[in-house]
Amino acid sequence: MAISRPRPWMILLAPAALLIVLFYLLPAVVNLALAFSDMDYTFDFRFVGGESLVRPLADPMFGRVLRNTAVYVVTTLTLMNVGVGVLLAVLTTEIPDRVGGAFRMLWLLPRATPSVVYVLMWFFLLDPTDYGLVNKVAGALGGENYDLLSQRPWLVVVLLNGCVGASMGMVIFTAAIKSIPPQLMMAARVDGASAWQRIRHVTLPSIAWPIMFVTTYQTLSLLTSYEYILLATDGGPFYQTEVLPLYIFHNAINDFEFGYGAALSIGLMAIGTLLALIYWRVFRFGGRGAAAQRIEVES
Amino acid sequence: MTGEAMRGERGARATIIVGLVLLSLPLIASYLWLVLASFGDGHDLTWGIFPTDYTVKHWRFLWDPKGAGGDLPSIWRATGNTLFVALSITLCDVFLATNAGYVFSRWQFRGRGPLLAFTMVLHAFPSVTLLVSLFIVLLHMGLLGSLWGIVLVKVALQLPFSIFVMKGFFDGVPWESEMTALTDGCTRLGAYRRVILPQILPGIAAISIFSFLEGWKEFLFVFAFIFDKDSWTLSVYLQSILSRGSVVDYGIMAAVAVFYMLPVILFFLFTQKYLMKVQLGGVKG
Repeated sequence: MAISRPRPWMILLAPAALLIVLFYLLPAVVNLALAFSDMDYTFDFRFVGGESLVRPLADPMFGRVLRNTAVYVVTTLTLMNVGVGVLLAVLTTEIPDRVGGAFRMLWLLPRATPSVVYVLMWFFLLDPTDYGLVNKVAGALGGENYDLLSQRPWLVVVLLNGCVGASMGMVIFTAAIKSIPPQLMMAARVDGASAWQRIRHVTLPSIAWPIMFVTTYQTLSLLTSYEYILLATDGGPFYQTEVLPLYIFHNAINDFEFGYGAALSIGLMAIGTLLALIYWRVFRFGGRGAAAQRIEVES
Repeated sequence: MTGEAMRGERGARATIIVGLVLLSLPLIASYLWLVLASFGDGHDLTWGIFPTDYTVKHWRFLWDPKGAGGDLPSIWRATGNTLFVALSITLCDVFLATNAGYVFSRWQFRGRGPLLAFTMVLHAFPSVTLLVSLFIVLLHMGLLGSLWGIVLVKVALQLPFSIFVMKGFFDGVPWESEMTALTDGCTRLGAYRRVILPQILPGIAAISIFSFLEGWKEFLFVFAFIFDKDSWTLSVYLQSILSRGSVVDYGIMAAVAVFYMLPVILFFLFTQKYLMKVQLGGVKG
């Protein structure tokens, strides 16, 4: 068979394809291979079968890390990414849009800010001496100095991540709320619905679908995000805030346990995929979900 | 509406605004503090954020190579590295994504459907879980410790997203306008340059800004894959000041942070609305 001249589309596609193959697909394959090895600081590849894959079961840290991860994802997701996200979207759309838009801008700032700068601002807020704003306020109210970063690390980690995460929900929910037909709001007003009743019976039902979407999307991104935790507590104090992706980072990059790190990565991917499938079923993204965009007002 | 209802409405709005201000206060205070602290002298603050005396000594690093601390290279070196990473990522990403997006939008070939679906899967894949294997891959390619490695990895991981955005923009250009140019005697390349390119410029602008900011803000890969201080970017440079552990000098930290954040905030203020459309468009697929 004669080899035909490469078509123009192949030439146009080739550089992008090459880069994706070398620095995206190849690492994925290498990760799989590493998970079946016990590669450490010697960088020797030695096939050990499923040894690294069952190592978590004997790892006393693993159960704790898994629990931490669950606490982190569930708390941040419900309280901040969805909770505060809904709150911001509902509140900023109840007031004139110029003012509401300014508040939304403000809440988008943390997302635009480099992570290190963002964490530095939290170090100031939480400074254990009375230089920190939290302690300044606590002092004015007659309290003593707190070192929240070591006394309440979870509170800090959830708030710190959540103030970045809330903005995605806020933006998506705002778009959904703005697309509610104005007649519907008017009708509710004419019927004498209070602000709370309007929110409860018109606004919230109309963002049910976006809430499901954000819940799914943010579960997966929280599950794999650890940059802020790394910078703020580095998993401490004493592994209290060590989550799975950070544990992988510490194993591989700090302790050079590449085999174990890769095996844990596979575990993390598996958890992510499993959760995505569960969400898919529960929220019925394939079927009824799409129709849920219709606004239904309970009588 | 009755006057009473109107008053009630106005009262509710005022309450909401007060609530939002309270909710946002820590955020406002943090950003305000950051800027003020970079010029603040001494450790005393009034109202929790305002320095009592002002100075420019924390900004010494701009003209004094040892200004941020004797153990660190000059900040201009780190700035140059950051610029190199951000600009290289932008150029590669725009060039490759535009070509690939054009192909996916305009060519019918065998395997196009599956390839598109696969790109979509890559877009959803949590690429940061590949950090461990990327270390090994870069090591064997001789790219570990090199900023080029960071650039190539970032571009590869970002490409699926950018390709989708660009394909969307190409899809928005009607076939007819291209056909007209072709029948008028334009070559395919000529039609691309004269007819299509002007119409997809907003898309190119959007992914340029997006990848520039992604590159400028990159921390994790630089932190994990770069070991030489002279190759540090600003994110790791600032992180090293933060984690010094000895005396906490908020003045210098704040000054370096403001310096580092400046381009990001300017970009953000001027292009935010516009970027949002693209980002959300990308989320919707």
